[in-house]
Amino acid sequence: MKDRRLFLRRSAAVVSGAVAAALVGRASAEPLAGEPWERVYGAGFTRYGQPSRFEQPVGRHFGQPYGELAPGSGAALSPIEALEGIITPNPVHFIRSHSGTPDIDPKAHRLYIHGLVDRPLRFSVDALLHYPRITRTYFLECSGNSSRALTPQPAQVPAGAMHGNISCAEWTGFPLRMLLEEAGVRPQAKWILAEGADSAHMSRSVPLEKALDDAVIALYQNGERLRPEQGYPLRLLLPGWEGNMSVKWLRRIKLTDEPTHTKDETSKYTDALPDGRALQFTFEMGVKSVITRPSSTMQLAERGFQEISGIAWSGAGRVRRVEVSTDGGKTWAEAALTGAERPRALVRFRYPWQWNGGTALLQSRAIDEKGNVQPVRRDWVARYAPDARFHNNSIVSWAVETDGRVKHVYA
Amino acid sequence: MSTRSRIAIGTVLTLVACATAQRADQPAPRYGEPVSAAELARWDISIPPGGAGLPAGSGTAREGLKVYEQHCLACHGAKGVGKPADALAGGIGSLATKTPLRTVGSYWPYSTTLFDYVRRAMPLNNPLSLSDADVYAVSAYVLFLNGIIAEDTVMNAQTLPQVKMPNREGFISDWPPRPRN
Repeated sequence: MKDRRLFLRRSAAVVSGAVAAALVGRASAEPLAGEPWERVYGAGFTRYGQPSRFEQPVGRHFGQPYGELAPGSGAALSPIEALEGIITPNPVHFIRSHSGTPDIDPKAHRLYIHGLVDRPLRFSVDALLHYPRITRTYFLECSGNSSRALTPQPAQVPAGAMHGNISCAEWTGFPLRMLLEEAGVRPQAKWILAEGADSAHMSRSVPLEKALDDAVIALYQNGERLRPEQGYPLRLLLPGWEGNMSVKWLRRIKLTDEPTHTKDETSKYTDALPDGRALQFTFEMGVKSVITRPSSTMQLAERGFQEISGIAWSGAGRVRRVEVSTDGGKTWAEAALTGAERPRALVRFRYPWQWNGGTALLQSRAIDEKGNVQPVRRDWVARYAPDARFHNNSIVSWAVETDGRVKHVYA
Repeated sequence: MSTRSRIAIGTVLTLVACATAQRADQPAPRYGEPVSAAELARWDISIPPGGAGLPAGSGTAREGLKVYEQHCLACHGAKGVGKPADALAGGIGSLATKTPLRTVGSYWPYSTTLFDYVRRAMPLNNPLSLSDADVYAVSAYVLFLNGIIAEDTVMNAQTLPQVKMPNREGFISDWPPRPRN
């Protein structure tokens, strides 16, 4: 709003200046308008571009549970509150790693496919670069995303610091199915074990159905080779499923007749229930949305028009509808969607709103093409154990106060 | 045939195909190289609940204490109480309470996962460095801390998979998916 007023004022000045010039011409003492950067020759080319220095504060939010002891264990969350559109730029795609980022030489890296196959095979990275490629846009979400919105008191941190273990990219690679068929899948095979070449050798069991369906060996992300923190030189990509299963730095796939029950599918990434038991192998990421603007820690500058905008997604397929409430869920209105034609990708939603200077409670609720509805927070919390922290897809609430401050609240 | 010459031949075939017509029935590329069982054995480190693939060697908790003190204690604390890293012991019976403590003893369903994970990922700053005997021994020590085996029970490829973890029946598989509500 402030900018718009400034624009109007400047426009008025330009118009009156133009009228004056038409009458008498420019007074010779008046210098031509132009900021300092319009009066010097600009910088030369850069081989690899960087954002404006004025935008340098935009960056990932670190979650390092072990601190300096293990600075590459934990997550670096995407600053979703500062991003627009659907695609996450590679430098701020979220990172979730267990033992840091390995420095892999692609000439030495190899991928093994073995176990219940007719022909155990080894692939060099060069060889993998020769398979015919596909390009798909998919979100990735860590199943521990939004666990920070389960603390006893609502954290007053930017949206991305709580909900930023979500990103969306255009991935290029080829179907994993091609390699599995080349090796010859034996009838007894029901699962694959996927393992990374990081020092955690992170490993997960994946049902063979998924491996033969839409699983991708990803080599490129948003047009460039995968970055080291995203699995360079190659990663598994399982659309719509827990990010943890899209094993980075993929070095080995073993076909098995049963799940291997690795550490990260038993002690972690299992969903603890109130009765002491836990759900295991909950692979699909639930339907979810979060308002990114305005959001926690932001400040509304002025009354009047505000665009409410955010991201929505579902591991089950396409987002069919996103609804926005400004009164804590009493009434809902449908938001406009961008990207809703793509399954398992982020959708951008927008809703125009007039802020009258009063309190407001902003929420968004996504519904997917399978009819799944994003749950309210209290229902989600009641369903799981007190320390549950995976698959939190519950509705996020931002309270707008009369002074324009936006706070994170539980509602 | 080397990978490079396979790729070269593949490229020539692709060019020939493009020159004639785009064919949907082109044979899929096959660039995988055969690999021997001996080579695979050096890479295959995953151990399922049945214990297939467990290596030779053995260890007891008494031996494992030394391994633990040297490689694990700094992060997992004395007797596996945790801090700064995860607690390894305790919490048995706590899972249905308001303050569940999820450790190897109270939560992990399979003892094989302990061997598998220690061998592939621990110690954090030097994984793949412990001998198989040391991995058996330190696994035995963690099981002993939880009161699951005795201090002198020998853990090896035969005995480890037979250890029944307290929370063995505590998981409900969601694959194939079941309705949520």
